Amino acid sequence: MKIHLASIFVDDQYKGLEFYTSKLGFVKKTEVPIGEFAWLTVVSPEALDGVELVFEPANHPAVAPFRDALVADGIPFTSFAVKDLDAEYERLVGLGVEFTQPPTVMGPVKTAVLDDTCGNLIQLAQMLEDPSA
Amino acid sequence: MEQLLKAIADPTRAAILDGLLDRDGQTLFEICARLASSGASGASRQAISQHLAVLEGVGLVSTQRLGRYKFHYIDTSPLADIQRRWPQPTTPTEHIRGETL
Repeated sequence: MKIHLASIFVDDQYKGLEFYTSKLGFVKKTEVPIGEFAWLTVVSPEALDGVELVFEPANHPAVAPFRDALVADGIPFTSFAVKDLDAEYERLVGLGVEFTQPPTVMGPVKTAVLDDTCGNLIQLAQMLEDPSA
Repeated sequence: MEQLLKAIADPTRAAILDGLLDRDGQTLFEICARLASSGASGASRQAISQHLAVLEGVGLVSTQRLGRYKFHYIDTSPLADIQRRWPQPTTPTEHIRGETL
């Protein structure tokens, strides 16, 4: 058994595709129209055959209160690994991406939290070789 | 005054204030992550939330809702009440002068 997919609720699937590709830099892997929605996934260009991120429609009535409560408290829905967080932060701020937490050392990891404009907060994390760096 | 002294007497609440002085305007998530990673407190998110309510009650922390997020800000001005109540004496007292002679 292995983890092949991870899913995330998005207000609009194609708005999600736009943000996750043009801002975060992921690439589209699968697009299969299913009724009013689509089976739409992206992967990291660093792992084209790796785990796919699925954009799930956020139309179920339970999704909005669940996500609103997480976002209000600044809790990220999921986390992506980066090699150089400070560089990614500068790059994304330059693209107009909004952060609720700038890069901050949290023990053995440096993290930041951004708004994906589709209803979620996302954490970026860089594992530190030297935690004092 | 008693409530203020009680508020800062708790080590977790003192650590929350330390963290907000390092960077003002944090979400609950960031406050919890800083406490956990620094080893200052392993308290649950609910417990941290209650500590924040105590700090807010005595005016040491205020919250502001910006769009969909809620941020916490430090305000140390209530601590001036402590200094006002127990100010440094302006002239040396008689017994201290006596000891130096």
